Amino acid sequence: MDALQVKNLVKEFGGVRAVDGLSLSFEKGMITGVVGPNGSGKTTLTNLLTGMHPITSGTVVVGGENEHGEIRSYDVFHLGITRTFQNVRVFEQMSVMDNILVALTSRSVFASLFEKHSAFHANRAKEILERVGLWNKRHENAKNLSYGQRKLLEIGRALATKAGIVLFDEPYAGLFPEMVKLVSSIMKELRAEGKTIILIEHDMAIIRELCDHVIVMDAGKLLAEGKPEKVLADGKVIEAYLGA
Amino acid sequence: MEYLLHLAILFSIFGIFALSLDLIAGYTGLFSLAQAAFYGIGAYTTALLMADAGVNFFVALVLGITLAAVVAFVIGFVFSGLRGDYYILGTVGFNFIIFTVFLNWQSLTGGPLGVAGIARPELFGFSFSSSGSFFLLSLATLAVAYGVSWFIVRSSFGRVLRAIREDEEAIAAFGYHTLYFKLAIFVISAGMAACGGALLASYLSFIDPNTFGITSSIFLLSIIVLGGLGSLRGPVLGALVLILLPEALRFVGFPDDIAAELRQVLYGLLLVFLMLYRPQGFLGEFKL
Repeated sequence: MDALQVKNLVKEFGGVRAVDGLSLSFEKGMITGVVGPNGSGKTTLTNLLTGMHPITSGTVVVGGENEHGEIRSYDVFHLGITRTFQNVRVFEQMSVMDNILVALTSRSVFASLFEKHSAFHANRAKEILERVGLWNKRHENAKNLSYGQRKLLEIGRALATKAGIVLFDEPYAGLFPEMVKLVSSIMKELRAEGKTIILIEHDMAIIRELCDHVIVMDAGKLLAEGKPEKVLADGKVIEAYLGA
Repeated sequence: MEYLLHLAILFSIFGIFALSLDLIAGYTGLFSLAQAAFYGIGAYTTALLMADAGVNFFVALVLGITLAAVVAFVIGFVFSGLRGDYYILGTVGFNFIIFTVFLNWQSLTGGPLGVAGIARPELFGFSFSSSGSFFLLSLATLAVAYGVSWFIVRSSFGRVLRAIREDEEAIAAFGYHTLYFKLAIFVISAGMAACGGALLASYLSFIDPNTFGITSSIFLLSIIVLGGLGSLRGPVLGALVLILLPEALRFVGFPDDIAAELRQVLYGLLLVFLMLYRPQGFLGEFKL
């Protein structure tokens, strides 16, 4: 079953097509890798799917239901989509704990005004911080974390939303080997939980290890898709992406 | 004693203004230079209703808060698309508009002559006419403003405000309609400022437009930057320091003809040194 589909998706920036008529499907409970050279439109695709850029034309279908010609960023949570960012965007002058809690608590202005985080929220935050190895840093301001720890905090914040579709935008960049193992184990656990993972990544070893399906983009278009071992051996992919 | 009570009353009222501004600037990251406009709306509404229509202070206060909140709702909506420097400039423009209204709508506001004869509050036959009783009233109001601010910043709502301050686009991606949160805190902040404005009008018994100009908004921003953005104790400390400092400087012995200007220079120097060596202010938790 497709958790997410995009149909003829187009994004133009001042006449330049960053995403050019893309039609794709992301299957539920699978890790789909999105690869392509820099500027191929991977992050733009993520930004379109999470409402951070308006869609020029085309539609997005979430969970096989309504077609969305427009996605606003605050609707994304209700559609069951969450993300991490290519350039880490944690809330730096807030504690690690608050970075997680803000993804757990009420989205309503009125309800949030009369809500203090409950024992349930605290336990859930503890569970997430232990999962990403940051429980002992919970009182630290996020700005005091190392780059890798910030990446892990972003992953934790995404997990806190309980979204069914998680977009990871280069989550491995700048991580130490131990952290790489931790992130990979989280990805596998999420897949086992039935979540749909969209993984933008440049490291082909990771793509081969984790992904069930790979999409290759070039100049905003779909270049190839299929099983990793087949796609990554495709001559036109090697030429476009690896330059060999 | 009367002099000390006068300073204590001014401290309490400016503490309310500072707390109200800190909610939007320190906690939400919206650097508004329009706070004097909102406490001006509270002050003028209260003053006109009391002086011209004989309305009780506490009724006029509620109406002043309501009017400031309604104006803040409209202005907050208009400003919702502005960020950073553009937001600051937008609020400066708004403060100028309100100041110009106070100055030129002479049939209503008295123009440059202001409004005189504003009575002290009365409640169930008790008049807060003495400095002691007025101080208790203003201190109690400051305590309520502090309590309301504490309740807000400790709530999940307060956590979202801080996330908006840090990265509005990122928190929106987690399902928060940030416009609603910004509007809500802008309205609450304006209402709180208007409450302080009503007290100021009643205490001084006379108001004119100069009390509500852009320099007053800058002075308030200086208070919260000095005390520390994003903390509740910081703005209160900032108000205490900047209300008492000019009084302390009276004893330094500056020549009378330039004393006021030298005090302004000292304020400026204090802010410059803070920005250089302690940008988070005395008690701040948020660094610009």
